[in-house]
Amino acid sequence: MKRVIGRWLIPVAGGLAFVYLLVPIAYIFVFSFNDAGRTNLEWRGFTLNNWQNPCGAPNVCESLVNSLQVGVVATVIATVLGTCIALGLVRYKFKFRNTADLLIILPLATPEVVLGASLLAQFLNLGWELGFTTIVISHVIFCMSFVVVTVRARVSSLDPRLEEAASDLYASPLATFWKVTFPLLLPGVVAAALLSFAMSFDDFIITNFNSGNFSTFPKFIYVSATRGIPAQANVIGSAMFLLALAVVITSQVIAYRRRKVLAAR
Amino acid sequence: MTATATRRGDKKKQKLEDPRSTEEISAERRKGRMGLYLILPGMIVLALFFAAPVLVLLSMSLNAKPPGGEIGEFVPALEFGNYVTVISAYWDVFLRSFIFALIATVAALVIGFPMAYLVAVRLRGRQLLQGILLVLLIAPFFSSFILRTQAWKQILSDEGPVVTVLRAIAILPADGHLTATAFAVVCGLTYNFLPFMTLPIYANLDRLDTNLLEASGDLYASPLTTFFKVTLPLSAPGIFAGTLLTFIPAAGDYVNAALLGNNRDTAMIGQVIDSRFFKIVDYPGASALSFILMILILALVLIYIKRFGTKELF
Repeated sequence: MKRVIGRWLIPVAGGLAFVYLLVPIAYIFVFSFNDAGRTNLEWRGFTLNNWQNPCGAPNVCESLVNSLQVGVVATVIATVLGTCIALGLVRYKFKFRNTADLLIILPLATPEVVLGASLLAQFLNLGWELGFTTIVISHVIFCMSFVVVTVRARVSSLDPRLEEAASDLYASPLATFWKVTFPLLLPGVVAAALLSFAMSFDDFIITNFNSGNFSTFPKFIYVSATRGIPAQANVIGSAMFLLALAVVITSQVIAYRRRKVLAAR
Repeated sequence: MTATATRRGDKKKQKLEDPRSTEEISAERRKGRMGLYLILPGMIVLALFFAAPVLVLLSMSLNAKPPGGEIGEFVPALEFGNYVTVISAYWDVFLRSFIFALIATVAALVIGFPMAYLVAVRLRGRQLLQGILLVLLIAPFFSSFILRTQAWKQILSDEGPVVTVLRAIAILPADGHLTATAFAVVCGLTYNFLPFMTLPIYANLDRLDTNLLEASGDLYASPLTTFFKVTLPLSAPGIFAGTLLTFIPAAGDYVNAALLGNNRDTAMIGQVIDSRFFKIVDYPGASALSFILMILILALVLIYIKRFGTKELF
């Protein structure tokens, strides 16, 4: 009996946890088919209208496009800057290294309201108009620290002998970087970029402080929550979830097949 | 010690003693400068848009309202009274925020650990299944956390399935609610920050050597003993990172409290800061509250690192 419990405790508890994680998403998905009208609070009958016309409700698609743009720009900047910092911190020793370390970690230890409020104070102080640029800046700050932490783990686990071997074979430092270091870092960089995009896309609190009249998808939902969220928002939420799932699962399957082929050889 | 870190006075001495050629030394020095170049752009961004804003926040928190000034009008001052005012008005909200965040962190650990263990250890070698479950951990971000929180609100609402069932089996009284309670807020916090707990633990357990668990079993340790004496200590760095990444955002969150709570006895400090900024337009008060929150969390994090910290993290 004890053995049975020991064997099944983890799979059952872990499985239930995954179910818990997915319950609200299933709910969002089901209610994307609701013939809702203005408020999507109770089930009124099945319809495909929302999926056929996802931009049917005012501002849904505009805010989605805004969010995607912010996410892409912020992710590119945060990933480039963060990867450079991770390389610099792990590979080189120099003055101010500990200060730099601290400056990277602090945003992670600062709650979003404080980050949002302090940036707002700064933008007010500088007299900048709130909008696309200020949102991108605020997202770069919190994404960059996550990129550094993620990529850094990858850099530390790199075998420096591989790079030494490259330079022993007369590769220039630049060639060594692009032909050896970068390909080895790539999985970590991609993971960091994905995480960064996901967090930017889903951010509400910092955005709310620094966006002015500019609307992002989470902000749109939060604002419309008081009046009733249109079913089209559920369509977009579900579609983005399924899209993310499809992209990553496809890449997983391709990688899996490649490994199998390599293993068979 | 690198060449760049060498003090000027030591230079001559080093030239005599250092067995390396000058070429090697200059390469080393260039290497050091290269590191500085690499981190410089990011550091400038952080200095301008993280460090400077925090200082601006600090100075704004000391601003004073001029006599007869309009709403939103403040002058630079050293009004430390702002801190006294907001602490005496909101100390209970601070306390509540930290208690909610603490409960949510513990709950996320209890739920997240089996998830991470399942994916990292039990499914080891089954890469496809592992990959899919990992994606499921991150993919919820794309469906928007406000939409998910709103979904919870409707699932837990009085007409929703959970309340109906709980009332039918008399766990809840016939007029009992789940929404607009502290319970709902803590559930929402637990739910929303679960991936931040699970992913670092997964990353750590992924490297766990299962031979150690077998060895423990071979030495007649019960599975429970193995868990507490071997698995748990080995996964400490992951748990450490996960608890921090859950607790910090949870303590400052206000979306869950706003959507799943009622305003009177579930208010969290983020809500107060938000409304002080945007509704009441009390910038000094809001800044003071933000600054206190930052300092309190930093202090808690430092104590936590001192007590449980491992070198492996960060």
